Amino acid sequence: MPSEFVKIISPAKKSKRLRKSVKHSSYRLFFMALPFLILAFLFSYLPLYGWIYAFYDYSPALGISQSPYVGFKWFTTMVSNEMQRAEVIRVLRNTFGMNILGLMTSVFPVIFALFLVEIKSTWYKKMVQILTTLPNFISWVLVYAFVFMLFSTQSGFVNQVLMNVGWISEPINYLASDSYIWIKMTLLGLWKGLGWGAILYIAAIAGIDQELYEAAKVDGAGRFRLMRHVTVPGLIPTFFVLLLLSIAGFISAGFEQFYVFQNAINANDIEVLDLYVYNIGIANSSFSYSTAVSILKSLVSVVLLFIANRLSKMIRGETII
Amino acid sequence: MDSWEKSRFSLFSILNYTMFGLFTLLCIFPFYYLFINTISDNDLSSRGLILFFPEGIHFQNYLKVFHVQGLKLAMLVSVSRTVLGTILTVAASAFLGYLFTRSEMWGRKFWYRFLILTMYFNAGIIPWFITMKNLGLMNNFWAYILPGIVVPFNIILVKTFIESTPIALQESAQIDGAGYITIFYKIVMPLITPILATLAIFTAVGQWNSFTDTLFLVNDSKLFTLQFILYRYLNEANSLAEMMRNSTVGQVSLSQMPTPMTIQTTVTIIVVAPILLVYPFFQRFFVKGIMIGAVKG
Repeated sequence: MPSEFVKIISPAKKSKRLRKSVKHSSYRLFFMALPFLILAFLFSYLPLYGWIYAFYDYSPALGISQSPYVGFKWFTTMVSNEMQRAEVIRVLRNTFGMNILGLMTSVFPVIFALFLVEIKSTWYKKMVQILTTLPNFISWVLVYAFVFMLFSTQSGFVNQVLMNVGWISEPINYLASDSYIWIKMTLLGLWKGLGWGAILYIAAIAGIDQELYEAAKVDGAGRFRLMRHVTVPGLIPTFFVLLLLSIAGFISAGFEQFYVFQNAINANDIEVLDLYVYNIGIANSSFSYSTAVSILKSLVSVVLLFIANRLSKMIRGETII
Repeated sequence: MDSWEKSRFSLFSILNYTMFGLFTLLCIFPFYYLFINTISDNDLSSRGLILFFPEGIHFQNYLKVFHVQGLKLAMLVSVSRTVLGTILTVAASAFLGYLFTRSEMWGRKFWYRFLILTMYFNAGIIPWFITMKNLGLMNNFWAYILPGIVVPFNIILVKTFIESTPIALQESAQIDGAGYITIFYKIVMPLITPILATLAIFTAVGQWNSFTDTLFLVNDSKLFTLQFILYRYLNEANSLAEMMRNSTVGQVSLSQMPTPMTIQTTVTIIVVAPILLVYPFFQRFFVKGIMIGAVKG
């Protein structure tokens, strides 16, 4: 039956009809995707409209139509008002400080992977890999809960053990203290992410051509020589991709971590840019000023993204965007 | 194989095994420590005497904690957002990923870029918060679900995965008269289950762990999630005291009497338990997932 049908209509008519049905189905496909495109618009594009709040003296009671337009006032107070300038500089210092420490620890997953592949026992290697990736899957709230219990002054494991051993005579309150807070946060990040971070490198090592190892062994290379001259060079591309990606996201990293660990004592050193925006914006309802800070942050992250992209092009000849 | 035998007991190997052993212990000890404290004598535990092994084992803390006001409801909220959020996100990722492989879609390139672009910019916390408020998503359960349905990264993964499957299967179904939906459901879905499983696990863990959406958008205690409740318990002495009053019904001995600390510890274990339970089964999926992601990145 279909073949008969095809014979009756002329070729010209046929192609017209075909085009029509293709066009029809092409709209159909679009309409099927439309609800999702609307969701993306609502949650990603529409918030950009909220940037106008930075140019008004917005008060929730009046609404945006009644609030006075103030132009760049909020942006200029950020730099001209001495107190606010000091605040912004402080949170930027915290953001950059902790993130740079974080970037410096990004070599640890490489080292982890390098040494893990040296372990010959398969079950041991597997066990290490499974158990060390576990912390990556718990939330920062849970990490906070762990730290809260393990380091508590009255009953916490760490204080108890240290006192039993006799290293300290008084329990130390690790959470309510501002000393070394950047380093503490970095170490926690390392605890949480190290095993997981190494997975990619372990995969990359598995992908290195075995002939390279054979050849190097024939030339008399030992374990460390193989590492230095075969494995490490094989890992460098992956390392750079990940490093560049983390540079692009660096200014918005870690809100949750720093939020749960902030308290009255460490607030000064732990408040990163996003936390600052939250604290002044949502907790204190100064919407306009914090939107202005938000906008600057977004601009900085776009700049960082482009820098990372340019660097990536220079180093690897490939872009990340 | 000669060098292998030699290296097996070398100093390097011993050091290497020890270091990894120590780090592994460091990773799992907190889980273990909290757990033994929840099942031990509460009096000993509150004096910090339970360090390595449980003592005076009892399960009263778990029974008591379920009487704590609001905890059951929070559990329901957490479970429902995890289940519903995961189903919708995975279904949407699969469907959209499929639609974007159909080159005849109207404006395909443009709309694909429209989605992908959202990965690279972010309006910021405050504009996002105001938008959510204007959309009526303050104190609304859907605030947990809707913003996470369309995730560009998931769509890239699914699209790439479909493109690596044989297109001839889809074509022959089309010749047999199957429509787009039928092809998606009968041909594409079965082919891409591995990637969908990976996405499902990642989404579920993300939903379960999510904390900031409750923090920003919810102040109605009926919609609090377990993560949020736990955070509050760790920080607010008042709500803990209230909990204690509600949970200590009937006579209990000192060793089984809940203390603020046992409630905090027990809730922590309850929040972490689902992850610990699914983790061993899905660990290889996690690993596979990050690999597939890495190939794309």
